[in-house]
Formats: sequence, C-alpha cells, structure tokens
Amino acid sequence: MLDEGYVTADGRQIGGVMMDMRGITLRFGGVEAIKNISFDIREGEIRAIIGPNGAGKSSMLNVISGFYNPQEGEVWFHGKRRPPMKPFQVARQGIARTFQNIALFEGMTVLDNVMTGRLTQMKSGMLAQAIWKGKAEREETANREVVEKIIDFLEIQAIRKTPVGRLPYGLKKRVELARALAAEPKLLLLDEPMAGMNVEEKEDMSRFILDVNDEFGTTIALIEHDMGVVMDLSDRVVVMDYGRKIGDGTPDEVRNNQEVIDAYLGVAHD
Amino acid sequence: MLYREAGDFKTSYPEDSQTFPIAFDRWRYWAVLAIAFLVIPFVINDYWASSLMVPFLIYAIAAIGLNILTGYCGQVSLGTGGFMAVGAYACYKLMTAFPDVNIVFHVLLAGGITAAVGAAFGLPSLRIKGFYLAVATLAAQFFLVWLFNKVAWFYNYSASGQINAPERFIFGTAVTGPSAPAWAQYLVCLVFVTFCAVLARNLTRGSLGRSWMAIRDMDIAAEIIGVNPLKAKLTAFAVSSFFIGISGALFFAVYLGAVEAGDSFGITKSFLVLFMVILGGLGSIFGSFAGAAFLVILPVFLKIIGVDVLGWPTEMVAHLQLVIVGALIMFFLIKEPHGLAQLWRLAKEKLRLWPFPY
Repeated sequence: MLDEGYVTADGRQIGGVMMDMRGITLRFGGVEAIKNISFDIREGEIRAIIGPNGAGKSSMLNVISGFYNPQEGEVWFHGKRRPPMKPFQVARQGIARTFQNIALFEGMTVLDNVMTGRLTQMKSGMLAQAIWKGKAEREETANREVVEKIIDFLEIQAIRKTPVGRLPYGLKKRVELARALAAEPKLLLLDEPMAGMNVEEKEDMSRFILDVNDEFGTTIALIEHDMGVVMDLSDRVVVMDYGRKIGDGTPDEVRNNQEVIDAYLGVAHD
Repeated sequence: MLYREAGDFKTSYPEDSQTFPIAFDRWRYWAVLAIAFLVIPFVINDYWASSLMVPFLIYAIAAIGLNILTGYCGQVSLGTGGFMAVGAYACYKLMTAFPDVNIVFHVLLAGGITAAVGAAFGLPSLRIKGFYLAVATLAAQFFLVWLFNKVAWFYNYSASGQINAPERFIFGTAVTGPSAPAWAQYLVCLVFVTFCAVLARNLTRGSLGRSWMAIRDMDIAAEIIGVNPLKAKLTAFAVSSFFIGISGALFFAVYLGAVEAGDSFGITKSFLVLFMVILGGLGSIFGSFAGAAFLVILPVFLKIIGVDVLGWPTEMVAHLQLVIVGALIMFFLIKEPHGLAQLWRLAKEKLRLWPFPY
C-alpha cells in the first residue's frame, strides 16, 4: 500500500486500503440499483453504509459478498482485482457476513451453527471423516476450541446445545454474528445488525461490534438505520440515495453535508 | 433413575461430542450390539430371518441412505427403487464376471457403482429444488428400471429376464443361494448394517454433514459461509446412493435370490423407503432404523392379528395394511413431522427428569 491510513478520533491506527470498489454499477433489467459508486474500506476500520430505504445499500453488500456481479466497475481486494466470484469463493477469501433477516440453520444447534462457520477451515476428506478416529476427530476438536472461544466472547455458552429455532430474536442475531466470526474473517459485513432490537439489545450488539474490531482487529462494514448507533460506532460513513453516493467521510462531515440532510429530511420545493 | 447426567463430567471436546454422551445410552448401545451379534444368530430360524430380521436390516441400510439425502441434505428423492436396482444388477454382474472374488467386495463395489450413478442423477439438483427435483428423480426411477428390463446384457441374456444369485461363500458358509442358512444371511446383513450406520453417523457429524444440513436449512446462507453447493449436493447424492446400492445388492443376493427389476425395485419400493424415513424421522440415523423396523414389523404384526387371531381373509388384511400405513403417514406428517426419532428424543428428555419433573 502506498498510503499509510489515518488515526481515528479515539486514537486507533487505521491501515491501508483493504477493499476498493471502483465505479460499481449494478442493473436489474432496466433498473439501476447502484450507479457508478466508488469507495474504499480500510484495514481495521468500521465503515458504515447508510441511506434511505431502497438506496441500494444491501445490493452493495451483496456485490461485496459475491451474490451479484456488477455490470460495470471493479472490486479490488488486498490490492488485487477480484474476478467475478461465487459467494462461497468470496467466503474463502476471508469475507463473512450476516443478513438483514436472520439466515441461521434452524434445524441445527447453536454449536453446530457456529461450527459451520469453520467449514472453510476444515480440510479433512470424506474418507477421513467416515473413519472419524484420527485426523477428522483432531480437526473437529481443534476447530471446536476456536468456536468455544467465540461462544465465550459473545456470551452464549448457556445455549450452545439449544436448537436455533427455539431462540428469541436478539439471541439469534448474536448467534449469526458468532457464525460469521467463527470463520475468522478479515472483513465482516453486517447487514442491519440492530434491526428490530430494543435499546439494551442494541447496546449489547454495539459493544460486541466494537469488541470484535478491537480484539480481533477485524475490519467491519455495516449497514444500519439507527443514526445514533452509526454515528457513534463508525469511523467513516458512505451515504447512498437512489443508488448514487451522496456523501462519504467521517460521521461529522456526513452530518453537515447538505446533500445528506436533504436526502434524509427532504428538500423544500418553492 | 438410571438415566442421569449428573456427576458425568465431560473434560474434553471429543467426550462432549461423542454419539452417546449419556453413559446409560452407551451401555444400551453396546447391549443391543451384543444381543444382535452374540444371541440372535443362535436362536434365529428361517421364518424370523426371512420375514423380519433380514428385510429389516436391509431396509435399514436403504433408509439410512435416503435419510442422508432427504433428511440431512434436504433433497427429496423418489429414485430409491431405481438406485437399489443399480446396486442389485451391479452386484449380479460382478458376481458372474468375477466368481472367485469374495461377495463382500462385490457388494461394496456395487455400492460404489451406485454412488457414481446417483451422483450423475443428482446433477439436476443444482438447478431445481423440492417437488421438481422429486419429479426428476422419479424419471431416474423409471429410466433405470426400464434399462434393466430392456438391455439383456444386464441380466446376462437369461430367458426369463430375471437375475439369479449364484451361491457364494464367506468363511466356508453359504450366504447366498437356496442353501444359505438363516443365521448366515442375518449375520452378513447385520455386519453391513453396522458398517453403514457407523459410517453414516461419522459422515453426518463432521464438516461434510454440517455442510449438508446447512444446504438443507438455508442454501443461501450455506453458500455465504463457504459451502460449495455443487460439492455438498453431489456428495450427498453419492453417499446416499452408496448405502442404497449396498442395500439393493443385499436385497437381491442375500434376501430374494432372484429378482426382476420392475417387480422388486419399482416405484412402490421408492415410496416404501421414503415412508420409512418420514415415519422414522428425517435427519436421524436412529430414525432410519425405527422407520424400517416399523414398516417391516407392521405387516407381519397385522397378519398375525388379522389372519391368525381374528380369522379375517388374507386379502382384507393386506388392504387394511395399506389403509393403516396411509393413515399413519398423514398422522405423522401433521402431528410429529420429525417422526419416531423425535418421540424417542422426547421420551428421553422426560426420562432425564423422571420421577421429579420441575
């Protein structure tokens, strides 16, 4: 990296560019969901994407995680241009995500759900697994240790053997975060991690997001509607409206950006 | 009183994730194995072997196979009969082509061939789901049976169009053919069942099993955590067909001895195994055994009650059986979609707290 990054208001050193979106345009038929958007995500930073409903935020996240391939533009990751990829290939590059509406495996226990986050790391073949004793069992134990650390970290020890279907909403959100973290991602994408939560649950989730960033050094990109949370958590904010980028900068810069204020509060027609 | 976890402390992750974490369950498991291997072979006679034990064991293998595909990976299949036919005909061709090789290898190889065929017919699952996939596997069912009836090479150009299992020996005892003793047939099937069940359990608890279940529960989320859907679905088809192929080979070679594809491996067989899996419990190895036992025992039980005790005509009892099985399927689908295995699980939950539930 040529540039050195910057130091945040609370004194954290942010590194060079990790993910660089260059001129992304995404169309569904005649509808342009994203129009020529460029922004970057730097090593170690918490980056928020905000905007009114239908602005194209989730589509942007889906481009990063490989669900959609943009018609125009380039995705650069760790200084290399990323060819069009399937989501599972993106996952193997070290990008994990959570979903707006929870996407857990309802029939499996919390432990199994979080263990699925380790699938990219588990390499033993079918034969080794069929025999189980030996390689497969050692691998299972090693990965279980990693998973147990994350379970401790997110304070969900008591429910590890509970089927996910039986859990309340707030805990499911936390389990989904655990599953994403289990992959030890370099970049973590959170699609509305606090949607539908009460104030206390939001506080818990905010604390976990900050802790993840702090303890694991994970870079985080998140979409969120609660402005208070966004402004407190994030280092830099991208603002989208109708598929265009209308603002990019620190929370303070974005807050004072006239175009952003117009988009959120509306403009007087005279 | 026996069924307690208190004081049974797990100090390592392998201990915590073992198949039977509760000591009493482990003892029960070993006891069942001991009775199956050391007691039953000495007391079994022809009637019990041919009407109950051998079909139960063979169907249990098929049910385990289908359960991996449908219960664990969520891909509905109506091609079980066709895949059993592949196992049977592969075993027959191998037995006649290489008469000097032990039949155990023939059965395993037949499973391997079925795995390849199953994976090929699993390819549509990458594009289609649910009922549409069921229809695609239905096509496999009819195509395979048609193929084995049509192409004479598969039944070695025999005049009857049937395949007949030649006599084969394991450790000097006949296990196929008319002179095979009941205990030998039983024991061969039992060894294969144990082998398949252990294999299935190990595969379903590791990373492969988790990727299957992830695909079953939510395929989009599975992909986002790094599951390759192509690999997960095709391995599920292959492993499932491997077990179904073994069961088909045993069904032909050990149990029936003579087979005609349309009669023995028709669509009714596919439905029978599917019912076993649904009644027994989707996504459970134990459920496969429970479902197989239930649907094998039920007709025998009804015949004893209806014909022998109540003196009803045989045809009426046979029809009554269809009615009862149909009613049971509906009952389970509505009341307990997770089948007998779930009832068993609930009973165990209750037992843990008995006699002092809180």
